[in-house]
Amino acid sequence: MACISPDGKPTESGSKMLSALKAEAKTPKEIAKEAVLPLFRVRSGLRELAEAGLAKQKDDKYELSEKGAKLIK
Amino acid sequence: MEEIQEQIGHMPRIGEPAPAFEAVTTHGKLKLEDFKGSWLILFSHPADFTPVCTTEFIAFSEIYPELQKRGVELLGLSVDSVSSHIAWVRNVEEKMGVKIPFPIIADLSKEVSLAYGMIHPGQSKTETVRCVFIIDPNQVIRTILYYPLTTGRNMDEILRIIDALQTTDKNAVATPANWRPGDKVVVPPPNTQEMAEERLKQGYECTDWYLCKKKL
Repeated sequence: MACISPDGKPTESGSKMLSALKAEAKTPKEIAKEAVLPLFRVRSGLRELAEAGLAKQKDDKYELSEKGAKLIK
Repeated sequence: MEEIQEQIGHMPRIGEPAPAFEAVTTHGKLKLEDFKGSWLILFSHPADFTPVCTTEFIAFSEIYPELQKRGVELLGLSVDSVSSHIAWVRNVEEKMGVKIPFPIIADLSKEVSLAYGMIHPGQSKTETVRCVFIIDPNQVIRTILYYPLTTGRNMDEILRIIDALQTTDKNAVATPANWRPGDKVVVPPPNTQEMAEERLKQGYECTDWYLCKKKL
C-alpha cells in the first residue's frame, strides 16, 4: 500500500493527503494541488485511505473520517 | 508456444479504448482510470537488472520533466515482482545517480501484458518486448510502438509523437514526415471538388490541391 504502512499508519504521501482534507472536503484534483502529488497517486491513495477508514467519499469530494481526523490532530 | 498464442487473443489497436487494468506498482495499486484526464505512456521492458532496459529507464527519467510539461505521465511494466522493481530502481539511483520518478507495474500474472499484446512468443515466451502505448486523456490508444528485445527506444521520437498528437488534436491538422514543433503542418485534404478549388485560394503553401501546408 502506498498510503498506509504495514503498521497501519499513513505514509508521508498518505499524511499529506489527510492534511489536505483537514479544513474541508476536497476533490482529488484539489487534494493533488494542495499536497503537491500527481493526480493518479491521489486517486489511488484516496481509495486506500477510504478502505482503511481514514477518509470518506461524498459525491465527488473526499473528507476525513472521525478516525482520520483523530490521526492528524 | 500455442498456449501463449491462445492467451494473447485480441491485440489492442490505435483508436480503441485502452484495456482497463488494476495492477500492483512501485507506487501502490493503480488503475488505468487513475490516469484519466492526463496523457499516459504505458511502456514495457523485458526484465529488471538488464543493460538495455537500464539505459532506457535512465532515458525515460531524463525526458520526464519534458513529458510533465506536456501533461504526460509515464508507467513502466515488466513481468517481475515489485521487490525486484524496487531493488532495481534503488540500484539505478545508487550506481547511476538517477531517481526513477514514475511507477512500474509488477505484472507477474501477465494480466496487463496479455491484455496489451506485450508478449511476442517469437521473441520471448516469458518477457515483454519493448512496447510503447500512448494513451490520450480519454483513455483511447493513439500510438503503438513495438521494439525488439535488442533495440533500445528513441526518446526524441516519443516526445515528437506526443508533440504531434497534441498539435493535431488542438489544430485539426496533420504533421508531415520528420515534423518538429515549429515546422509547417499539413492541412487536411479536401473532400469535394468545390473544397479543392477553394483550397487553392486560401493562402496555404500548396504543392497541389491535396498537399497544402500552413504555419501555425
